[in-house]
This record gives sequence, C-alpha cells and structure tokens, in this order.
Amino acid sequence: MKQKKSLGRQSVAASALGTALVLVLAGCTGGGTDQPAGEAFTGTYTGPEVELSYWNGFTGGDGPFMETMVAEFNAEHENITVVSNTMQWTDFYQRLPAAVTAGEGPDVGVMHLDQLATNAARNVIVPIDDLADELGLTADDFTEEVWAASVYEDARYGIPLDVHSLAMYYNTEHFAAAGITEAPTDASSFADALDKLKAAGYETPFWMPTRWPSHLMNLSLLWQNDGEPYGDDGASFDSAAGIEALEWQRSIVDDGYSPEAVAIDSQYVAFKNGETSITWDGIWQINDLAASGLPHAVAPIPTIGDTDAVWANSHNFFLPRQSGADQNKVNASKVFIAWMSEQSAEWAGSGMIPARQSVRDAGAVDGLPQEAIAATIDTMRFLPSIPGIGGVQAETLEIAVADGTQGTTPPADALRDAADRATQLMEDNKAAFGG
Amino acid sequence: MATRTDEGVLSVKGAPRASGHTRRRGAERTPRRQTRQQAVATPWLFLSPYLLLFGSFVIVPAVFGVWISLHAWDYTLPLKPFVGLNNYIDLFQPGSTVFATFWGSMRATGIFTILSVPLLLVVPLAVALLMTKKFPGRDFLRAIYFAPYVLGVAVVAVLWRYLLDNNIGLVNHYLGVLGLPDDTAWTTSTPAAWIALVGVTVWWTLGFNAVIYLAGLQDIPVELYEAARVDGAGPVMQFIHVTLPGLKPILSFITIITLLASANMFGQSYLMTQGGPGRETRTAIYQIADTGLRNFQMGSAAAMSYVLTVFLMAISVFVFWIFREKKPQKEAQS
Repeated sequence: MKQKKSLGRQSVAASALGTALVLVLAGCTGGGTDQPAGEAFTGTYTGPEVELSYWNGFTGGDGPFMETMVAEFNAEHENITVVSNTMQWTDFYQRLPAAVTAGEGPDVGVMHLDQLATNAARNVIVPIDDLADELGLTADDFTEEVWAASVYEDARYGIPLDVHSLAMYYNTEHFAAAGITEAPTDASSFADALDKLKAAGYETPFWMPTRWPSHLMNLSLLWQNDGEPYGDDGASFDSAAGIEALEWQRSIVDDGYSPEAVAIDSQYVAFKNGETSITWDGIWQINDLAASGLPHAVAPIPTIGDTDAVWANSHNFFLPRQSGADQNKVNASKVFIAWMSEQSAEWAGSGMIPARQSVRDAGAVDGLPQEAIAATIDTMRFLPSIPGIGGVQAETLEIAVADGTQGTTPPADALRDAADRATQLMEDNKAAFGG
Repeated sequence: MATRTDEGVLSVKGAPRASGHTRRRGAERTPRRQTRQQAVATPWLFLSPYLLLFGSFVIVPAVFGVWISLHAWDYTLPLKPFVGLNNYIDLFQPGSTVFATFWGSMRATGIFTILSVPLLLVVPLAVALLMTKKFPGRDFLRAIYFAPYVLGVAVVAVLWRYLLDNNIGLVNHYLGVLGLPDDTAWTTSTPAAWIALVGVTVWWTLGFNAVIYLAGLQDIPVELYEAARVDGAGPVMQFIHVTLPGLKPILSFITIITLLASANMFGQSYLMTQGGPGRETRTAIYQIADTGLRNFQMGSAAAMSYVLTVFLMAISVFVFWIFREKKPQKEAQS
C-alpha cells in the first residue's frame, strides 16, 4: 500500500518539481518565439567538434537499425558526434515540450507526423523550410499526403524519414490448411477467407482488438468508405462512413470470428502463438514477427469499403527550438538530417518504408517483407495537421472504438458522443493555440 | 503516528523497545536536563534539512498549484490567461468537457476505495494474527506474504494483465480446468475489472499492512492476555477485548494510509485496463495525469487535484473523528 502511495506521491512530487523548474526556466527562455532555424544551410559542416543530442522513440525492433545508422554517421563525420537518447514514444511526447521549454531540449530529433502541428503550435519545434530547399527535397520525391502533412501554417516542420502503415499479417500454415492461396484483398474475399479458416478448425481467425490498434483499423475503414475523420468544423468520424467502419469491426465479433472483449495486446500475442490466423497491425512489427519464427506473411489490409485506403504515419526529423542556439550545433544537426534522409534505404531494414521516392526506386525495399505494402504507398492516409489532434483522438475516438467493438455501446451512439466531445475539445484547442 | 510506527518496526526487528522508553524517560527526569538547555535556533537547525525538502517539494508546489488552477495553464504556450475560478466551475458544470470525465473518474476512485479498503484492513490483520503464532516455517511464510510488496507497480500490473487476460490468460485457463466459467473478461468488463484491480492490489500490498499489524500485535503486553485468560476469556473474547483495543492506535494509522493510497490508485488501472472498458476504471489520478501531463491542461488538472484533495481531507477528518476518543487513552497509556 505504502509503495503505491509513495509512488503516487513521488510522481506527483516529481511532476510538480518538473513543472516548477520548467516554469522557472520558462521565465528565462520563454520569450523567444519564431526563432528561425539558424542561418542558411550550406550542406556541410566544417566548424569545431560538436556533440549533438538526438532524441527518438525507437525502442522496438527499429532501435538497432537507428543505432547502426547513427554509428555510421559518427564514423563518417569526424567533427560531429551524435548521442542518441531513446525513450518510449509516450514519454517522448511528454518530455520533449518540458525539456525544450526548460532550455534542455535535444539538438535534433524524430517525431511522428501527426505530432508536428501540435509541437509547432506549442513552439517546441522550428520551421526547417531552408533545410528542405537546400537538400533539394520537394513534393516530387514524396507522396503528396506525407509531404503536405508536415506543413503547419505554411511552414515546413518535418523532413519525413519513412512512412509506416497498418498491414495485414496472416499465418501461412493456417492459410494453407484452409486452402487459401492468396491474401484476401476485398470484403468478399476477406469474409471468404475467414469462413474457410473457421471451417478448417480455426475457431476465431481474426481477433478484433478493443484498444490499440483498433482505432487505426477504424480510421482505415473510414477512409475506405470515403469519409474524413476531422473536418474544418471539428470531428466528423461519426459520419456514415465511420459508423459503417465500426459496425463492420463489431460484426467480426458478432459473427464469431473474434472472441468478445479482446484485451490490450492479446490479439497480437494470440497471433504470435498461432491462436488466431489474421491480425492487422503496424509494419513496425515485421522484425518482431520475423524473430518469433512464426510462419507468416504480410499483405496490405483488404479494401473492405469502396476505396483503397490505409491509415499511415511517418517519422519526421525536426529541429527543436533552442534558447541561445549554438549555430554550429544547428548546422551540424542539419548535416545529420540530410545524411539520414539520404541513407534512408538502410532504415528499410527496420520494417519501415523510406519516405523518399528516389530511395524506394533505387530498390530499398526490394525483397523485404514490406515490399508489398510499399507498393500501396499512394493509398496511405495521414491525420490532418491540426494542433492537439493526438490528445483529442486518444480521449474520444479511441474510447468510442473500444466501446463499439466491445459492444457495450452501439457504434453510432459511441461515435456520435465521442465526436461531439472531440469537436468541443478541438474548439478549446483552437482557442488555446490561437488558431 | 509516525513515531508509533517506528517503534513498531523496531520491535519487529527485536530492538530493545523497553530500554528505549527508559532512556527517554530517564532523560526527562534527570536534573542534568538543565545543562542541555538549547539555543532557540537549535531545533530549527535540526529541522531545516527536512523543512527545506518539505517546503520545496510540498508547500511550494501546493501553493503554486492553486495559482496554476486559476489559469488556462499550458506551460508550453507563451500565454497563460487568467481564468479565475473557471477551471473549478467547469468541474461542477454538467455539460462542460471535463464534467463527465472528471466525475466518472471520481466515481471510479470511490468504487475502488470502497472495495479495497475493507479488504486491506481485514485480510492483513488475519495474516498478521496467523504470523504471530509460533509454527515451523513462520519466517518463510512472513517473507512470502511480504514478497509481492517489493515489486513495482509496473511489474505487478503487467504480470497480472497477462495472467488475467480473458482469452489467453492462465487464470481463465485454470478456471476452465476446474470446470468454472472461463470466459470472464477480467480486464475489459466491469464488474470483473474491479474484482481484478482490487484483488491484485490486495495481493500486492497486504504485506505492508500485515507488517504494521504484526508490529502492533507484538506491542500488546502478554500480561493482558494472561489476565484475560485468568478471567476466563476464550480466543474470541481475547481478540475482541485485548487485541482490538490494543491495535486501535495502529488501526487509525492503517485506515488513513490505506484510504489515501487507494484513493491515489493509478498504476494498476493505467497498465492493466487502460482505464477500460471505456473510461470506467479510469481513476481520478489517472484523469489528472492525463489532463495535465499528456494534454498539458495544467490549470484544469490542478483544479481537479484540489477537488480530490478536499475530498481526501474530509475523509481523513472523518476517520480521525471515528478514532477520536482513543486519543486520551493512548496518552494515558504511555
């Protein structure tokens, strides 16, 4: 009991202290808004030796690849030493604003595309249009969606490293036993596959998660039904497209393809254990599944709706706002980003899809498990760049999807209530961010 | 309260409690006391290290928190507009964005506290009573009961999350083997989730309460039991008339800290149920952490904290009031 209590106390005390420190330091540093990201980027760094602090959240199977790339970068650049600091993404998004506000932020980092607008509005990261220009990076080398989504209020805040989407993993042994020769690609072939698997004795071939990544499945299906989750006047994920998506998810349970109330992560564990035949999860799981020795394959998620579409996100390099920015560090950071962007072929080993067309065309994903997914890159959809959207979605859509897939609330009611709340929260955010 | 516990812990370790008492009393009675007259600043000097910590980590944040709660406070934004009592008004105004979630989380905290506190008062007492008996392997069992307590909340919660998983967990598997219902959704449906959360918490923390009880039990003079036996009291009468009154000071301490700890429950539901199903097991601290640290709405989160604090203070006062008449007795005893 005491431990629990003291744990609560400690964390409260720690956060209180953190807040207090941040506030004190914010007093000294908070003034500098709209600081440009250093002088024009020249492509190379010839200054004195610098050490760059590089923050990222690659704690999974992608971590070792990033470490290797950082080591290679360090070996190639005598006067730059990059020291990476890897933490869980959830911690990352809590710590980064605090650290930057306190003037203790990193020199360079990677964050998700859907967090760029939030952090730009919070003045945590700075525009890097000049870097994109200098690198010669243009929309031509990226898919339009990913390139456009890293722009907030006409300024570019991120250089996309990769894109990663939801994918369908299936157990090849189960598929062979059920006599399925090809990965299902649409609603009817998917239903057909589920029935065959069931007939072959796999009682619950497709476990429907209630939590992560259930809302990502929901978003994918919504886009497939030609809906949009967020519009100009707030949340619209309770549109007919969204309701249909959630109803389909629930029908998987109602029709007996999935057990009721699948708890956090257990659909993935069940897939790894061969208890279920199909699971939809991010392509970042590719290496983890490869290491598990499970006979499986990866395919794009089938198009249940009318249009090919799949939820995706992207890792983006950013430059944090610095108090009294050291120009050498800023320039060295830009060299680092440029190098990483060019070397992103190697990053494909982590299961991700390099964001640059030229890198993909050069064969970066050829023969890799995600090759089939990379081919569908034009169908990938990203959340719009609205500040605070991540927090709003976690509070609303994620919970509505959980309630809907669990059957505790009818999908339409769950989504409508959540969308009303999301719209309210988005209005609050607009006011807070001065948008 | 604290000193009493310290004594209790000492006596568990077999430290000479009696001699401690005599020494202290001796010091009070000896005439040399005059020569130990201190300068006015001395006690403050001795207290200063703690006061410094207490001041900077408790008093300053607590006062500063009030200030924050009067603003729309997002520390990453340059503007932190003063909103007066709006953060509090929103909490009490049905239809605001925070009303339903906050009171839902207060309700969850209430449910958890009401379910867990009685169990955490009774079960550890039973364990402690058992552990005072002399039998082979007693020390080993004491260690066993205390063992879960040394684990962190993350370990406990992740361990049980998998054990209790409704589809792939061992608990349901063995229930099925025993012919019992094996489809209870322990972490994704209520009330099963409450049973799971309370059960795990009791399993995890009963060792701590048991140790305090054990210390309290060893503080009860053997002579009282002997006298009771001479008067013809059986085990039940001895428990009611000797053990319970002897434990009363400890009991108020345990009740308060157990209440506060239960009301501060966060890690178990954060890790085991993610506040689910829906938001049903999202406790007040969970909601506060989410609002303040994830969504950076420090003002609203601070207001929530103070509402929770007022509740906890009221409950603490109530508990002290229940145990109020024992205070004079306690002083008379010592």
